[in-house]
Amino acid sequence: MSALLSVENLRVSFPTHRGRVEVVKGVSFELGRERLGIVGESGSGKSMTGRSILKLIHKPGLVTADRMEFDGVDLRSQSEKQMRAIRGARISMVMQDPKFSLNPVMTVGEQIAEALVTHEKLPRREVNERILAMLEAVRINDPTRVAGLYPHEVSGGMGQRVMIAMMLIPSPELLIADEPTSALDVSVQAQVLDIIDDLVTTKGMGLILISHDLNLVSRYCDRILVMNSGVVVEECAAGQLERATHPYTRGLLAAMPVLNEQREELPVLDRTQWAGT
Amino acid sequence: MSTRDWLLEDSPTSRWQANAGRAYRVFTALLRNPLSVLGGVIILVLILTAIFAPWIAPYSATGQSLGNRLLSPSGEHWMGTDELGRDIFSRVIYGSQITLTIVGLVALISAPLGLLVGAIAGYFGGWTDRVLMGFTDIFLSMPKLILALAFVAALGPGINNAIIAIAITSWPAYARIARAETLTIRNAEFIQAVQLQGANPVRVIVQHILPLCTSSMIVRVTLDMAGVILTAAGLGFIGLGAQPPLPEWGAMISRGRTFILDQWWVATMPGFAIIIVSLGFCFLGDGLRDVLDPKSEGK
Amino acid sequence: MNAISLNNLDISYGDSKVVHGVTLDIAEGESFALVGESGSGKSTILRAIAGLAPDWTGEISVLGKARTHGIERAVARQVQMVFQDPYGSLHPRKTIDAALSEPLAINGIGNRGERVETMLKAVGLDQRFRFRFPHQLSGGQRQRVAIARALMLEPKVLLLDEPTSALDVSVQAEILNLLKRLRREQGLTYLLVTHNLPVVSFLCDRLAVMRHGRIVEVADVAQLKSGQLAEAYSMELLAATEGHAGAAA
Repeated sequence: MSALLSVENLRVSFPTHRGRVEVVKGVSFELGRERLGIVGESGSGKSMTGRSILKLIHKPGLVTADRMEFDGVDLRSQSEKQMRAIRGARISMVMQDPKFSLNPVMTVGEQIAEALVTHEKLPRREVNERILAMLEAVRINDPTRVAGLYPHEVSGGMGQRVMIAMMLIPSPELLIADEPTSALDVSVQAQVLDIIDDLVTTKGMGLILISHDLNLVSRYCDRILVMNSGVVVEECAAGQLERATHPYTRGLLAAMPVLNEQREELPVLDRTQWAGT
Repeated sequence: MSTRDWLLEDSPTSRWQANAGRAYRVFTALLRNPLSVLGGVIILVLILTAIFAPWIAPYSATGQSLGNRLLSPSGEHWMGTDELGRDIFSRVIYGSQITLTIVGLVALISAPLGLLVGAIAGYFGGWTDRVLMGFTDIFLSMPKLILALAFVAALGPGINNAIIAIAITSWPAYARIARAETLTIRNAEFIQAVQLQGANPVRVIVQHILPLCTSSMIVRVTLDMAGVILTAAGLGFIGLGAQPPLPEWGAMISRGRTFILDQWWVATMPGFAIIIVSLGFCFLGDGLRDVLDPKSEGK
Repeated sequence: MNAISLNNLDISYGDSKVVHGVTLDIAEGESFALVGESGSGKSTILRAIAGLAPDWTGEISVLGKARTHGIERAVARQVQMVFQDPYGSLHPRKTIDAALSEPLAINGIGNRGERVETMLKAVGLDQRFRFRFPHQLSGGQRQRVAIARALMLEPKVLLLDEPTSALDVSVQAEILNLLKRLRREQGLTYLLVTHNLPVVSFLCDRLAVMRHGRIVEVADVAQLKSGQLAEAYSMELLAATEGHAGAAA
């Protein structure tokens, strides 16, 4: 199977008072039409990795890689204009908080329509049909009503489903979901992730799920990369997470309280061992 | 340990060191912007000129010498002389004192007044807000120069009245800014935390809200200074500001306009002074805005 | 004596009522959790007790004394609150030292320098953090400062509003350990608002499940640990946490 996306030695750096600081330090991975999870704590470089694939890191940030290929296209040499044709149409991204990603003065339907017609010229009737079908696919019960609502009139969970509808309507081949549910309630989280999971599987897309939540990623992904301070410290199959070997991954797993918590004290990561700070 | 290390110390050992360190970081950030450095230098030169005017100026600012009237710029009179034979260079130098006084007093009167009114209105909201802001809006809705004119006309012409008039017309803009800032801070958790500790409103406003409004206020005041100078010059120009023989730049232009075609330097030289100083304040204000913006801090 | 008792409490924001008839008793020294989804009114109850949501009817009493609607100095010495967002709860222009001295200054307590030092030690922060500004601290360190600030007035009751939900798991563990230790050392009463059931299991003795502004169920944490909550909605929350994703829908 040829890889959908392959990244080799990806580096992202930003200038600071004390010179350039690398936030991603040589990350490599390959992705087929599968679900890949990238887990890490804040500052681990996981979001930067996701954004650099779409070339969403702007100056003064600097991205370098030995190889960054999406379905045979070298992403490194794509111009901004060429990237715009790829973004949305072939690679989509769902961000953390729907409140900030949706345009407040456009109805939900208009925004989804825009996502569709930017990449494809279609007759109006068909656009409407596709929107309603998409809203149904993200399990919105009365799509006609919701399509006419403004973002502030929908709940967080509904907003995130609208975002997903918007991102998936041009039928991209790869979806990057950056903390898609961390602004949502636990019960809604499961629903939203189920929807993503369902659509990704039925459409045969690739998925990169970026999250700080080990359990969540292990539930919805096939393979997991654990990142810390810009480096992938562990790569394993999702089912094998319990048998992770790297002390950082083990530390993270142990630090999480469980429902039936019997420990008097939670084990704490010895930060000095990995991070410089 | 050098002073620089002491200032940039990551773990200061006293409150004084922490604050000095922050000031130093702001200062070095400012130095990285060439335009703001230029602005700062212009302002510094203005201040030094004002202080040392008697030593810098080769002639008296008011001493007339009718035999030397309307001389063009030369080695003896760098900027020429005016219709009463006064050395324009000396007058411009002495004029810096007046400009600086106007700018300084206007800033000292209007900024704190605006800050206080805005912060009180924003913090209490409700009727307090409506009354204070209604009052502010009345002032804001009148053209600045016209309002200043009215005040000066009522109080009588003169430099002090011009300052009062300008101050009275410029505080409402600051009140608006302070109110907007206060509204965004008012419900912040760190404000609620001090409220929960039992702090009274005076303490919350003065110690916790005002410090956060000041940086945007400093920026705004600096940027407005150019306007203040121009308004003062405008008042001087129409004869309602500084009275002769005070070497106020606006008044000097006004006198020079009669000779503008044949003796261009009489009006032009003080005009240059106004332009340069206004630009200086603008550059510095722009630089300060980039540096003091709380959102850009913490990187 | 009860640390907090609520009797038939209704709370409104403007025209909309967000909490309906809540009655609850929390014993002194107890660690009690309010759990529920966003919009269930759990944080609002906390804010009403603190005095930040003054529009309520019913009764609130703290350590046996009836509470008025506003913020009171006397109550400030007994009840303090820790907020969710460690980035928003510290004044950006004040050093840690200033933030911790402020409650002492407001309440006219002397010997500030020494008290600040002691408190920094108690929350596990090195003295070198004392004169730093908040932006020079990590999220976990800021939350330690926020906890320290709440404890400066030596209150008996601590209201904790999602104190760890903005933190990374490894940092969350540190803060949870800290909260547990402080409670043991200082005999504090906790009222914790959270949506995270494992945190409740680690830190609390009892919990109340809330939905749409009403209490659905009050349970012992042992029931939570063994997965034996009485109400269907509570079990739904439990299922969502355990990751039985399908069962929750």
